[in-house]
Amino acid sequence: MTSRTPTEQEIYGRRGRLITDHDANKISRIEELAYELKVHDVMTADMHTASPDMLMSEVLDILRINRISGVPVLQDGQMVGILSLEDIVRAMQKNELSAPVSQYMTRSLITVAGYDTIIKALQAFTDSRLGRLPVIDENNKLVGVITKGDITRGFLTALQRDYKEEEVRRYRASHLFEDIISDRTTLVLRYNIKAHDFIRGGNASSHIKRALLRLGADPQVARRCGIAVYEAEMNLIIHTKHGGILKLEMEPHRITMSTTDDGPGIPDISQVLQAGYSTASEQVREMGFGAGMGLINIKRCVDKMDIESTVGKGTKLTMRINLPIENSNTHKDK
Amino acid sequence: MNLAKIIKLANGMLLTPDLDIDIEIRGGYGADLMSDVLAFSQPDSVLLTGLTNPQVVRTAQMAEFRAIILIRGKQPQPETLSIAAQENIPLISSPYGMFELSARLHKAGLPSFESNDI
Repeated sequence: MTSRTPTEQEIYGRRGRLITDHDANKISRIEELAYELKVHDVMTADMHTASPDMLMSEVLDILRINRISGVPVLQDGQMVGILSLEDIVRAMQKNELSAPVSQYMTRSLITVAGYDTIIKALQAFTDSRLGRLPVIDENNKLVGVITKGDITRGFLTALQRDYKEEEVRRYRASHLFEDIISDRTTLVLRYNIKAHDFIRGGNASSHIKRALLRLGADPQVARRCGIAVYEAEMNLIIHTKHGGILKLEMEPHRITMSTTDDGPGIPDISQVLQAGYSTASEQVREMGFGAGMGLINIKRCVDKMDIESTVGKGTKLTMRINLPIENSNTHKDK
Repeated sequence: MNLAKIIKLANGMLLTPDLDIDIEIRGGYGADLMSDVLAFSQPDSVLLTGLTNPQVVRTAQMAEFRAIILIRGKQPQPETLSIAAQENIPLISSPYGMFELSARLHKAGLPSFESNDI
C-alpha cells in the first residue's frame, strides 16, 4: 500500500480550515454556487473593445453611450490592456483626451479564465480591487468581460433555476397519473426491512411519506399512510426472524400498503388484534413500542386491513386507503 | 405559542442549534409510548417524552410534531440527534419531569393536544 501526504485542500477543506459535517450543513446554496458556476456562465461575451490607437475621447463616448465603466484594449485580436473610466479621468485632468489609448491604458493584466470558478473570480476582484476583469480562453484569447454585477446576476439566475427545477419535479410527480395513459397505472415502492435494525427503523416510512407528498397526496392521507406503514415497519423490525418487505402500491383511486415476512407467523390472529396484547421483549418495550397497540393503530388509519399468517411460514399484512376520485379533498372514514 | 418561548418555560437546552426555533407550536402532548403518540396526537404540537432513541424522532415525524422535549435532563442517543437535525425537528432537553413540564407549559397557555382524532 502506498501512502502520500494529503494535500492542503484535503486537510483544510476549501475554506482554509477543517470542514466538519456540522460546517457542511451550514454551507449555503450561494456558497455552493460560487464553486459550481464558472466564469463563462455569467460573463458578458458580447463586449465593447477599444484599440491602442483610438483616442481617449472616442473611448469616453463608447463608455458613456453604453453606460459601462471600462473596456479591454485589443490589438490584432490580442488583448494588450484595459482602459477604465479612471484612466479617462486622469487624461481629462491633464486635458489630454486627444491622446491615444495606449498612453493611458493599464498594461499589467489581471485576467480570469472562462473555466475558472466564480469563487476564483471573486478572489481576483478582491486582490486587484478592480471592478471588471477580462476573461480569456485556453489560448489566452479574450472571450469576455466579467463584473461583480455579472456575478450577482448569475447567482440570481441560478437560484431561480433551482427553484423552477423543484417546481417542475413536483409538477411532474403530481401529474404522473394524468400524464401516463394505461388501463391500469400503478406506482410501486418497495423497501427491504431488516430484522432488529432499530437504528434505521422508520426510514422506509419516512421515504414513503415524502414520496406521497411529492406525488401530491392530501397531507391527511399522507399522515394516515405514514403512521400505518411506520407501525407495520416497526412490526417487521421487532417481530420477524429475517425482516421482510414493505411495499406501497399507488393507484389513482387507492393506496395499498403491505408487509410480507417469512416468520415466525402468528398463531392466533384474533389475539393480536386485541388492544394491549403483546409478545414484545422488555428491550422493545423500553423503546416505547410493544404495547400491543400497533395493529389497532393501523386499523384506525386505513380503510381496510387484512392479515394472513401461517406459523412457521410467515405473515402478510395488507392495508388499503381509498382515495377520492377527481377532487383531492380530505377523505376520512367514520 | 412560539417554540423559543416554550424552551424558556421549559428551562430547556436546544440540542439542535442549527434548527429554527422561531416556529409556532399549537399544542402539547406527553407520552413514553410511541403507539399512543401515533394514535392520539394532533399535528403541529410539541412532544414531551422520556425516550431518547431514534424512533422518537421517526414517530414525531410521522405524527407531524414540530419539536421534541426530552424530560428530566435526558440526553439523546447520537443517532437520535442526527435524525432530528436531518428531519428538521428541534430537540430540546429540559430538567423538569413530565408532570412538572406539562403543568408549566399548560399554565402558560399551551393547549393539550391529546385527542382521539387521527
